[in-house]
Amino acid sequence: MNFFKRFAQNRGALVGLVILGLVVLLALLAPFLYPDSPWRMVQRPFLAPGEVSGFWLGTDVMGRDVAAGLAHGAWVSLLIGLISTVVALAIGVPLGALAGYFGGKVDDALMRFTEFFQTIPNFALAIVLVAIMEPSTFSIVLAIAIVSWPPVARLVRGEFLSIKHREYVEAARLVGQTHRDIIIKQILPNTLSPVIVLASLMVATAILLESSLSFLGLGDPDTMSWGYMIGAARTVMRQAWWLSVIPGVAILLTVLALNLVGEGLDDALNPQLARAR
Amino acid sequence: MAYVSLILGRVGKAVIVLLAILVFNFFLIHAAPGDPAAVMAGEAGATDQQFLDDLRERFGLDQPLPVQLWRYMSGVLQLDFGYSYRQQMPVLDLILERLPATLLLTGAAFCISLLFGIIAGALAAMRAKRPSGSIIMGLALLFYATPLYWVAMMAVLVFSVTLDWLPAYGYSTVGADYTGLAHVGDVAVHLILPALTLGLFFMAVYTRMTRTSMLSVSQQDFVKTARAKGLAPGVIQRRHILRNALLPIITLAGLQAGQMVGGAVLTETVFAWPGIGRLMYEALMQRDYNLLLGIFFFCALLVILFNMLTDVIYRLADPRIKQGAT
Repeated sequence: MNFFKRFAQNRGALVGLVILGLVVLLALLAPFLYPDSPWRMVQRPFLAPGEVSGFWLGTDVMGRDVAAGLAHGAWVSLLIGLISTVVALAIGVPLGALAGYFGGKVDDALMRFTEFFQTIPNFALAIVLVAIMEPSTFSIVLAIAIVSWPPVARLVRGEFLSIKHREYVEAARLVGQTHRDIIIKQILPNTLSPVIVLASLMVATAILLESSLSFLGLGDPDTMSWGYMIGAARTVMRQAWWLSVIPGVAILLTVLALNLVGEGLDDALNPQLARAR
Repeated sequence: MAYVSLILGRVGKAVIVLLAILVFNFFLIHAAPGDPAAVMAGEAGATDQQFLDDLRERFGLDQPLPVQLWRYMSGVLQLDFGYSYRQQMPVLDLILERLPATLLLTGAAFCISLLFGIIAGALAAMRAKRPSGSIIMGLALLFYATPLYWVAMMAVLVFSVTLDWLPAYGYSTVGADYTGLAHVGDVAVHLILPALTLGLFFMAVYTRMTRTSMLSVSQQDFVKTARAKGLAPGVIQRRHILRNALLPIITLAGLQAGQMVGGAVLTETVFAWPGIGRLMYEALMQRDYNLLLGIFFFCALLVILFNMLTDVIYRLADPRIKQGAT
């Protein structure tokens, strides 16, 4: 069975892929559907969904269009989720690879370092980092990456430990390949599938983290995000339930879709494991 | 004796981590825009240069960095976490005042999530091939993807605003001044929604872990032996599989505790629960860095203490783990 067939066997993963596709489409179309800034006041505040035609999700406390915020927020969530995961991989993969490949003292030192970051409460650290660096897309991405790389390092280290004594690696060593070549060309490509699965789940976690930070008022003040929308709706929950319900459902669906896709990828990339389950 | 040296080793490791966090904190303060004196002057509402210079001298900010680091560390070791100019109180007093509420909330949420998570996970594993098992796992997946603060808000919307069953915010009824049992009952009623919504996400985590762990234990040889002996399936599930499956969950639960302290920031913010999470939100809003970093240090301290506790429990629960093996 090939990759796509195995992926498609997991029905949840297909549903996840469809939802994710819709969110991506919404994010890509946001500048065309709602060319105006989502921060602009366009109608009376507190319009319920469908109360005035053209504003099918209503307006918020400042008379801003909720649908426009939702579309632009999709772009922000996906972008921050994706970039911070890439940055976390850029930190975690090399550290894990070096620790696993060289072992001994290098491994000890790098793993102590990793453990240190795993001990510190994730979310509290992210809050402190963003607060100190001042909220911006850059500081949010950096903070999320800093709190999410340790699992990557541990995973890659484990894979390297199990692969580095395989015959083809010994053979590469015998023909005199450099450590760099063995790490990058021989071992790393064979650790890719578990890393891809982990990365898809990390994007989901990163989106949740970003939304939590913006909910607390630590979002980039220049970009509209789902977490910010919910945070701003907190004090008016009694008058306008839709302001908190709609963006919340958007986050829930996106994160759920990413988790489902991650599980599907796991089934498709690690067929032996999937059968054992 | 072996346990003593084990615990000493753990304590030593914890102390090193805490010292590292202090150094980290110190450099974070210095990374903040404007030096601490400017921040403090801003907090105190003063701007003139003379005042700034006085502050710099008083707090030793004109000294070289290593000297400052030493002063900061020795201050903390004497339990001096600095002063919060916004709240007009020492940071330590503020934190200690709020700590019990957070311990109550996270403790309750931890017990709820662990208990129901293990039950749900065990049920899902026993019914792995039946629809009821799939429904449990579907719900777990759903809660796993739900933002903590949003669940909290939805719970308020449903159970407080619409149904009016439970209080929406606070630690106890304002102005009621209950004493004795009435007070305990009052706090318990206020605790239900925050503890449940904080626990929900972790319940989903434990459900998934328990199921995976039970399914992998059920493949092992001793389970086949038990089956071959003709033991009833229910007995095998409970006595043989569940007991062994619980061991890795103790370790993972210890690691999750850190996430719970972080999650408490969100839950306490929504429910106006007077704990250190809410205090952290206030510190954020007021850019009160001294307080923020003090709370951060205490969060880390809580997590380390909890990890040590689960480590000891794990070793007591599973005598096969030899001391010094890790």
